[in-house]
Amino acid sequence: MPITPDEVEYVANLARLELTEEEKERFAGQLDAILQYMEKLNELDTSGVEPLVHGIAGRQATRPDRVEESLPRDEALANAPEKSEGCFRVPRIIE
Amino acid sequence: MHYEPVIGLETHAELLTASKLWCGCSIRFGRPPNTQTCPVCLGMPGTLPVLNERALELALRAALALGCRINRPTSFDRKNYYYPDLPKNYQISQNYCNLGEDGRLEIPVNGEVRAVGISNVHLEEDAGKNLHVDYPGADYSLVDLNRAGTPLLEIVTAPDMRAVEEAVSFMQTLRRLLLYTEVSDCKMQEGSLRFEASISMRPAGTNRLGPRVEIKNLNSIKAVTAALEYEVRRQSRLLQDGGEVKQETRLWDEERGRSARMRTKEEAHDYRYFPDPDLLPVAIGDALLDRVRATVPELPLARRERFIAEHGLSDYNASVLTDSKELADYFEGCLQHHEAPESIANWLLNVVLGQINQRDISIREFELGPERLAELVRLMDEGAINQQAARDVMEKMVKTGKTAGALVKELGLEQIGDESDLAPLIEQVIEENPGPVKDYLGGKQAAVGPLVGQVMRLSRGKADPKLANRMLREKLEAMK
Ligand SMILES: [Zn+2]
Repeated sequence: MPITPDEVEYVANLARLELTEEEKERFAGQLDAILQYMEKLNELDTSGVEPLVHGIAGRQATRPDRVEESLPRDEALANAPEKSEGCFRVPRIIE
Repeated sequence: MHYEPVIGLETHAELLTASKLWCGCSIRFGRPPNTQTCPVCLGMPGTLPVLNERALELALRAALALGCRINRPTSFDRKNYYYPDLPKNYQISQNYCNLGEDGRLEIPVNGEVRAVGISNVHLEEDAGKNLHVDYPGADYSLVDLNRAGTPLLEIVTAPDMRAVEEAVSFMQTLRRLLLYTEVSDCKMQEGSLRFEASISMRPAGTNRLGPRVEIKNLNSIKAVTAALEYEVRRQSRLLQDGGEVKQETRLWDEERGRSARMRTKEEAHDYRYFPDPDLLPVAIGDALLDRVRATVPELPLARRERFIAEHGLSDYNASVLTDSKELADYFEGCLQHHEAPESIANWLLNVVLGQINQRDISIREFELGPERLAELVRLMDEGAINQQAARDVMEKMVKTGKTAGALVKELGLEQIGDESDLAPLIEQVIEENPGPVKDYLGGKQAAVGPLVGQVMRLSRGKADPKLANRMLREKLEAMK
């Protein structure tokens, strides 16, 4: 099933991307080609094959529960476009 | 038509770790904003999360206590959404392979035990905190990321509850379990325990599931109760009037005692979960599983039943004593030194609890350990001191740190339990109180009460009141 420009718009909206009509059309075609390529995998019989959760074999490392030093606040806030009262400042949040 | 609610609950409990889930920042509550952050929990590009092993163990302990099947390995996924308190624009959570699945929690409902299904138990990170600004004209909000990355345990029930009271019992039972297992401190005022409820209504006795309404912003068991009661009323009224319930998310307004539809768009709920490529699956080997299983304590309901069966306690006493693990442990600690469950239980409930509640301390902070308290109760049980003396001795034990035995000697409180020692006092009291004596001889049995009181006063509380009562009666009867 080909990807429609409407679907591209929906996904773009979720990702907070603004696309032009021309882009939606173009990306729809590109995404479609990618998905069709992935569809090829479905031609393989994978019954009896364990699902793979990660591309790297191995298991996650853990660390002991120890407190380490955090960043000085000035440094933590250094990249914030706006800040006040030691906080990141963002447009007013409405729930 | 009569409608019944179908209720499910999602519980978020902050885990009792020192550091965050993926980085070493402290999770201490109440620090100045943005002083507990680092490149990992700020979501800086190029950073790599590393799992806190303590968080994994605590989550595993809770999953086992809730009777879940453990997925081995388990894995982490990204839950994608945009919100100012979420620095990475995704939350590391679990979706495809939760740590624990298909568990159950037994809850008491109207004197019976009911099992609520646990769909899954999983680990995830908390978001930061949005601070709303009240200044007139302020068109911004502030974000504090100290909490971002705090380890959370999410416990999701099946839609198994059929009444608000069941949901209340579930929350109380779960809270007690999390405290018992020392997985979370459950401090609701600090946000360590938070709930989200979903509720739909259906004609009683049918299996049809109506549209689901989710309620957020529930910060206490009381708030969940009020919000669910409100929602049952609102939906019932809608349905009775022939209307339709819309599937939506509502925010509870505690002050106004009502909920309102959230203004954010529904499509924001399309979280596009996918496996987090930064994280490999987490192995849970036999050794880890066995080690954690050994740390799951006897759970409150089972312990209560055992206290009744093994120690012969009343239902009420067993319930109160198993309400907290510390108290139940303390009680059993006392029994190791004085095997008298009933008198230990009575002394704990009637005297010790009153005192620690009054002082607003926990049993753990109480100065007398189980061994010292047991000695005191033993002296009382053996008749060496009476109740009033025991109360005084306990007070002095707390103040001086001395043992019960030493204090009883020092204060000369040994009970006068010997007839020959008590006889002169009985004589004196009868002589000095002709009024009550006359009443008694005139047939008023109750007049013996004040006379016993006088014996107690003369003996400065040391007389055995039962013995004094008997001796007085004998003496008075002989005078008839
Ligand atoms: Zn950090």
